Amino acid sequence: MIVVENIYKQFGGNKVLNDVSFTFEQGKTNLIIGESGSGKTTLLKILIGLHELDSGNIIYDGRVFNQMKLKEKRQIRQEIGMLFQGGALFDYMTVEENIMFPLTMFTDQSTEEKLDRVNFCLKRVNLENKNELLPAELSGGMLKRVAIARAISMNPRYLLCDEPNSGLDPKTAILIDNLIKEITEEYNITTIVNTHDMNSVMQIGEKIAFIYEGSIWWEGNKEELINSNNMELNEFVFASELFKRLKKS
Amino acid sequence: MIKSLKNLGDYFIMMKKVMSKPEKYSMFFRQLKLEIHKIGLDSVGIVIIISFFIGAVITIQQYLNIEDPLIPKYLIGLVTRDALILEFSPTMIGLILAGKIGSNISSEIGTMRVTEQIDALEIMGINSASFLVLPKIIASIISFPILIILSVSIGIIGGLFGGQSVGVLTSDFIQGLQYEFIPFYVSYSIIKTVVFAFLITSVSSYFGYHTQGGAINVGISSTKAVVYSSIFILIFNFILTDLILS
Ligand SMILES: Nc1ncnc2c1ncn2[C@@H]1O[C@H](COP(=O)(O)OP(=O)(O)O)[C@@H](O)[C@H]1O
Ligand SMILES: [Mg+2]
Repeated sequence: MIVVENIYKQFGGNKVLNDVSFTFEQGKTNLIIGESGSGKTTLLKILIGLHELDSGNIIYDGRVFNQMKLKEKRQIRQEIGMLFQGGALFDYMTVEENIMFPLTMFTDQSTEEKLDRVNFCLKRVNLENKNELLPAELSGGMLKRVAIARAISMNPRYLLCDEPNSGLDPKTAILIDNLIKEITEEYNITTIVNTHDMNSVMQIGEKIAFIYEGSIWWEGNKEELINSNNMELNEFVFASELFKRLKKS
Repeated sequence: MIKSLKNLGDYFIMMKKVMSKPEKYSMFFRQLKLEIHKIGLDSVGIVIIISFFIGAVITIQQYLNIEDPLIPKYLIGLVTRDALILEFSPTMIGLILAGKIGSNISSEIGTMRVTEQIDALEIMGINSASFLVLPKIIASIISFPILIILSVSIGIIGGLFGGQSVGVLTSDFIQGLQYEFIPFYVSYSIIKTVVFAFLITSVSSYFGYHTQGGAINVGISSTKAVVYSSIFILIFNFILTDLILS
């Protein structure tokens, strides 16, 4: 479980987050939705300390992250798997080396043990025998799957995903969404997914936070979302014809 | 002015992060090997070509300048040797490597920054500055002196060829090479080289590491890296020459 309390953040004079409080539950895929530029990425980066927050608290299962020294923060970070928007694979390393990298840095496993783990993770994301490829040789969907494999290689307690299916075709996007949801339930981890894609929301949204004007404007599950009368939320959700029709029916 | 002070401050903050113990030595040595390859081995070709021709040109110019028959011809060898050791090899090769290696380092790290690879390192709990920059600095400190010694040697061979083409006797040239050799000049040259190596890699890493935005900014950072590395080389060349030789 990750709890955020009264998070404030501005860049220069640009107030991005204004008093954000939310509880991200364990074993669930928690979604943060909102327009581009609404502060979703900023919130994720604040959660892991890549941006400093102006005020507020971030609590990982009772541990107050923002009061920690860098060394302790690094300890927590090793429990976090993160999926970046572009994958952020190391482009001079092969698929295998990418997934093995955290294991090499933080465990004393033998090469064999590490290889076992790499192959297990690759199998989990349905990418067996792609060990020797370089990131430049992968399709968008494969890239994301390798990034997921790397994110889960250390058995994380928390999984943070920034727009995991941006730039993917709808079918691949659903595949990635489902994969994230399955992994979350399988390992009972706390997962946070940023998205502005309503398909994902309907696919995997168990607990949803809608960011608007820098704060959590609305929260609920996907059924509540469909039936909500919140005007700003409806404007965001029912922007497309498809979802307007869905609401009518 | 305020901006450059801020840059300088950020540079020292980064260097403080860089100068920390590697998290995993096996990984560090792997990176170091890669960097020695990229920074050292891959520069051998350009160093050989440039040094050979410059050595030849220095010798020919010395020959043409010495018209007075009373000045012994072996001085040509001596002047070529000292010019190479004192100035040409460390400083000029330093400037050329600033162009080649500086832009390389800065665009590599800059790309990692804008594609969030540095964020990925950080969130794994890795000190990204140290992980990326320290192997480069150490690799350059190891490689540069070797490149400079290579440069002096090839420059002298170039001088021999250049001298022959205008009629300098090989025996005169070699006598000059051996005449009044001051070993301290070599130490001085190596000291300069090590300082330049540190400047090029750290300054270029700084500009790469602090790239903001997208691909265009990677290009801008890499230009800045080359310009500032070169300026710092010239400034420190002046300071070191003043401090050590005078
Ligand atoms: N490093 C930064 N420096 C300055 N402003 C930033 C930075 N990162 C994000 N912002 C600003 O914060 C706002 C929210 O951005 P972001 O969190 O990326 O939105 P989203 O991920 O929801 O699309 C935007 O107005 C953006 O310009
Ligand atoms: Mg974003």
